[in-house]
Amino acid sequence: MKAKNQRLILALLGLVAVIGAGLLAVSGLKQEAAFFYAPGDVKDNGLPLDKAVRLGGMVADKSIKHDADGVTIHFVVEDGRAQVPVTFKGIAPDLFKEKSGVVAEGRFQPDGSFVATNLLAKHDERYMPPELEGKMHKTGTLKQ
Amino acid sequence: MIAEIGLGLLWLAAGLAVLQSVLGAMSLRVPSRTDLGDAVRPIAVAQAALVVLAFLALIYLFLISDMSVKLVATNSHSEKPWLYKFAGTWGNHEGSMLLWVTVLAVSGAGVALLERRVRRDTLIATIMAQGIIALGFYAFLLFSSNPFERLNPAPADGQGLNPLLQDPGLAFHPPTLYFGYVGMSIAFSFAVGALVTRDVGPAFARAMRPWVLAAWIFLTIGITAGSYWAYYELGWGGWWFWDPVENASLMPWLASTALLHSVTVLATRDSLRAWTVMLAVVAFSMSMVGTFLVRSGILTSVHAFAVDPERGEFLLALLFIYIGGALALFGLRVGTVREGALFEMVSREAALVLNNLFLTVILGVVLIGTLYPIVAQGLGQQVSIGPPYFNPAAGSVALMLIVLMAAGPLMRWRGDRAGVVIRRAALPLALGGLVLVAVRLAAPNIGTLPWLGLSVAALAGAASIAPLWKRNLRRTPLFTWGMVISHLGVAVALAGMAADSAFMQERLVAVNEGQTTQVGPFSVKLVSIAPTIGPNWTALEATMEARRGAGNPFTLKPQARSYASPPTETNESAISTRIDGQLYVVLGKMGSDGRWQLRLWWKPWVTLIWLGGILIALGGALALVGRVWRERKLIHPEAAR
Repeated sequence: MKAKNQRLILALLGLVAVIGAGLLAVSGLKQEAAFFYAPGDVKDNGLPLDKAVRLGGMVADKSIKHDADGVTIHFVVEDGRAQVPVTFKGIAPDLFKEKSGVVAEGRFQPDGSFVATNLLAKHDERYMPPELEGKMHKTGTLKQ
Repeated sequence: MIAEIGLGLLWLAAGLAVLQSVLGAMSLRVPSRTDLGDAVRPIAVAQAALVVLAFLALIYLFLISDMSVKLVATNSHSEKPWLYKFAGTWGNHEGSMLLWVTVLAVSGAGVALLERRVRRDTLIATIMAQGIIALGFYAFLLFSSNPFERLNPAPADGQGLNPLLQDPGLAFHPPTLYFGYVGMSIAFSFAVGALVTRDVGPAFARAMRPWVLAAWIFLTIGITAGSYWAYYELGWGGWWFWDPVENASLMPWLASTALLHSVTVLATRDSLRAWTVMLAVVAFSMSMVGTFLVRSGILTSVHAFAVDPERGEFLLALLFIYIGGALALFGLRVGTVREGALFEMVSREAALVLNNLFLTVILGVVLIGTLYPIVAQGLGQQVSIGPPYFNPAAGSVALMLIVLMAAGPLMRWRGDRAGVVIRRAALPLALGGLVLVAVRLAAPNIGTLPWLGLSVAALAGAASIAPLWKRNLRRTPLFTWGMVISHLGVAVALAGMAADSAFMQERLVAVNEGQTTQVGPFSVKLVSIAPTIGPNWTALEATMEARRGAGNPFTLKPQARSYASPPTETNESAISTRIDGQLYVVLGKMGSDGRWQLRLWWKPWVTLIWLGGILIALGGALALVGRVWRERKLIHPEAAR
């Protein structure tokens, strides 16, 4: 084999690797990107049932209920336009409380409720998830 | 006064960086003026000395809690333990950028002081490039992130440090990571230097290799330590979260691992010239992308300290200038890089080319997954990308890469026969197959990736020590030992990752004091809960008694801590390390009925993950010592011109 040819083959291989990475990433992103929803978005656009998403909003007043097992909680997330009941099994973050912001990671159920695998509570201003801040400014649930 | 002196030192260092770049460029234009080139080395050393002094000044201000300095006031507190005052110096945006440029300057000074093998003009061009990089980041510090800014009037006390960062890990993890991260700038500058002077060849590769290796060792240790820190401090039981900031450190590691292997091909066989130069540019570009991701404030993370759009734009501009400039230079000069030596399709070189391709694919997958949420946000979509994307996409390619890693060292340079290679790998292949079948039979329910992971770990572990087979171990060169131990470390870490995700047991319960619960082979009793107090926090501490079967009981004391400034609560997990894994306990909250929430994990063999990381770094260190030692012996008088 000539040096020129080998160089060409190597360059092509490099190109194939980069394109392969791109294709792999795109197919993965199509399936696994977790989009951010506010309760109102679900009301407008229907339930995203097929994949994990993030649900963000305010924990409704007097909505937190504890199950008898001591580790499962139920609460309602609202954004001024709609409400979504959420179930979460685990240790809630310290700043998780009623009338405060929350981002729940998990899946919607066919009945319109949401099962969370993880909760992110609003810490102080410095550690607020930007997507939550943006959404809540938009919907006017967060007053500054 | 100290703050003003620190700022003055920074300005002086920036001035020297200008001088370093300009004199370097002039001496390359007019090679006859040797005095210009001679001046570049001492200037680089002086520049580093000044910025180190400035950094020491900032540390001093933090140690004495000088609240008239804005950075200290917003990020420190007089009642903090001294270790966190000290380490808190870089637990904030400005301080960590100052650490960044300090490491950059020190790396440059290291090359100026120690490098004797590379051609003189290439060395000057390298130091010039390092000066130009430093210049941009000095500008960033001085114009938009001044760490020495005063606050008038000075507040009575500071606002304190984010409690998640109040851990001894803060003292070691960021500096180690930065030495790796920013140390990679040396590879970038070498590549730029060699392109400028048209000196891309084996001698250049041999000179660059120890620097890449050193930075890579630091990066490996930094990532390993960071992973363990996140594991015990966050209390989530996980050791890698695909957080953008973690990815920001992983991407330079992937690129530099590829570079480490291709630079060996260039140094040993004089192949892959252009590709090696390209990788050197990519490796440090990934470090800069990481810096941008972390420091621009577009991410939510414990690492992203403050949000200021101006800083993001400044960093983005620097990113475009340096990466764009280096790629343009590459485009202009790649035609002058001669073709390297040829090799067969079955050969050590070919295996290393494939290694580079796989690493590139993983890098691409991680890069796209990390940047996609930012791009989507620009388009008005809120998206987060997590483990469901990264694990299968990156994991599957990583498994192929590790199979290749098992085969590569068993092949000869230039050309080999496939049948012979398979015969050399027969024993490891048999072992891998055995594990494949055994795990399927013993634990049919575990996921595909962990199952394959265990098998590949067995294959790669056995294959990694095969190069020592029938060799005189005393006469085996140190860098061969290095390769063997690093590759073994990869297999060990993979075994830990696969075992943890396959066999981990988790339990979430609410119990009363005196009650016992089971997790894996352990029974854990909540004995009592009592308040306790630390230097700047109060906590509820659980005393728990755990025993394995009928074995001796041992005590675990997880805490739920409350910090006063800033007011924050953290969970301090309690971890008990056994030979075959870790018992991990987190204390939750008390329910209205008086029961306490507990989260318990039994994580079999999880410690192998970090042991593997240490082995990888140790192998790197052995290779570094071996290379430097051998080149000392072989050095030509003329090479040391």
